[in-house]
Amino acid sequence: MKMIQAIIRHEKLGDVKSALYDIGVVGLNVTEIQGRGVQKGATRQWRGAVYDVDLLPKIKLETVVDDALVEKAVDIIQKAACTGNIGDGKIFVWTVDQVVRVRTNERGRGAI
Amino acid sequence: MRKYAVLALTLLGLVAMLPAASAADPSGASNPATLEGVMSSINYIWVLICAFLVFFMQAGFAMVEAGMVRVKNVANVLMKNFMDFVMGTVVFLVIGYSLFMGTDIGGIVGDPTTAFLLVGDAYDVSTMLSWFFMLVFAATAVTIVSGAIAERPKFKTYLVYSAVVTAFIYPMYAHWVWGGGWLATSDLMVDLGGGYGALDFAGSGVVHALGGMLALAACVLIGPRIGRYTKDGKPLPIPGHNLTMVMLGGFILWFGWFGFNAGSTLNGNQLIIAKICVTTVIAAAGGALSALLISWKRAGAADLGLTVNGMLGGLVGITAGCAWVEPWAALLIGVVAGFIVCYGVWLMERKGVDDVVGAISVHGFNGLWGLIALGLFADGTYGVYTADGPLVTGLLYGNAGFLAVQLINAAVVAMWALGTGFALFYGLKRTVGIRVSPEEELQGLDISEHNVSAYPEMVTKELTMSKEGMQ
Repeated sequence: MKMIQAIIRHEKLGDVKSALYDIGVVGLNVTEIQGRGVQKGATRQWRGAVYDVDLLPKIKLETVVDDALVEKAVDIIQKAACTGNIGDGKIFVWTVDQVVRVRTNERGRGAI
Repeated sequence: MRKYAVLALTLLGLVAMLPAASAADPSGASNPATLEGVMSSINYIWVLICAFLVFFMQAGFAMVEAGMVRVKNVANVLMKNFMDFVMGTVVFLVIGYSLFMGTDIGGIVGDPTTAFLLVGDAYDVSTMLSWFFMLVFAATAVTIVSGAIAERPKFKTYLVYSAVVTAFIYPMYAHWVWGGGWLATSDLMVDLGGGYGALDFAGSGVVHALGGMLALAACVLIGPRIGRYTKDGKPLPIPGHNLTMVMLGGFILWFGWFGFNAGSTLNGNQLIIAKICVTTVIAAAGGALSALLISWKRAGAADLGLTVNGMLGGLVGITAGCAWVEPWAALLIGVVAGFIVCYGVWLMERKGVDDVVGAISVHGFNGLWGLIALGLFADGTYGVYTADGPLVTGLLYGNAGFLAVQLINAAVVAMWALGTGFALFYGLKRTVGIRVSPEEELQGLDISEHNVSAYPEMVTKELTMSKEGMQ
């Protein structure tokens, strides 16, 4: 089992969500975050003065999938979230030791 | 208990001293049912409606200022806008109006007993009309400072400031120009002006330059907000929380300004009120357009805040001359005003003067510009609040003396407001203090001064923002 954590643009959340749904990845968590990457931030303007914003609002999407689905899921997230411009985001993948369904105490893959 | 007993006895004693209310016409019953009586009624209704519009400008100031501050200071800036009117009303009843419009003493000040508590001869509908109209103007001058020094002053100090300005600083200078004082009526000024002394139709100087220069003194003495400048003195913008409020406030002020300027005829039978509305709206548009283009070119994007400021600067600039200049001159006055707003805001920022809403440039610098512009562009078609002569004429129409008078007037209001402003705020700084502690400032004045949140659900986010401000 792997945890996929994708940092994406706000406006791409809908595309990513429905693309994942199409391959059967339904469960996921979404958080509004502020962060920065290689892009370093952006500029804004207030009363004729330009200033730097070094943390930008992004969406953090997290889901846990079966090992067999990981490559496909990552691929589909990358395609759906991509605009080709700086600031598209990052995808991180790591191993998950255990999953427990709280309602039934079910363990492992079946609990995903 | 004893304290209250003494207070009650004092009040009773004051009431006992009041003269019988028979000296004047408190009900307006003497207005005859003739053509003259109807014309008089038109004047009353006109002046009152315009006064209501000027009163509503308080809401405009409140919205502009609330929109330009951060979430944590909104309730505080709203309370200041509300309470300066309340304080001003009370002191205007006791002393302010009499010093301003009372029987002239030596060209310097009005007799403080003339309209004390509006009793005796002052208990009269004509005095009531004048008192109410002048009150809403005085309150406009006072409220200019609150936006400039937003997000850091002590609330109780602001209350003291409001009372002193409405009781003394505003009435004194207003008397010199509008109350029969030396700037308007002394032989020296009248001879130099060519039949009339210093003029200021609706108050570029009396209201706006005075308020704006007081704001400059206050800003210098209170110092910039925490986080406004880096350690090396580079300015960092602190964006306000709601541009919708800023724009709504801009529209309300623009709307109210038609009453501010056209109502200053104090006469609904003078049809020049139509021209005054035209010059007023044109100058506002000119100011907005030039500020838009200047800020767009410099910063790279069409800037809402500065464009609204430019519009307000155009209104301030035309206020002195609105009855005396032609529409083309109004456009020019507005365009120059927008220029003054932008470069004034940037100059103040570079000099370390943290004026949150741009009040020093919008009201102070453009108030002075309005006085000078009147001396340049007055076209000789209208007299001193009457269609009869002497007709008011400026430099472009051959009367250089009147420009000299207006330059003197501009210098006097700047020196008076800066002098009294520095004295007042320095005195307050050394006694009750003018600024909250750094901890209170970071927490926000809504909590420290009023123990409320304007937006309770946004408090968590606000705390994160203030920590960033400390770095």
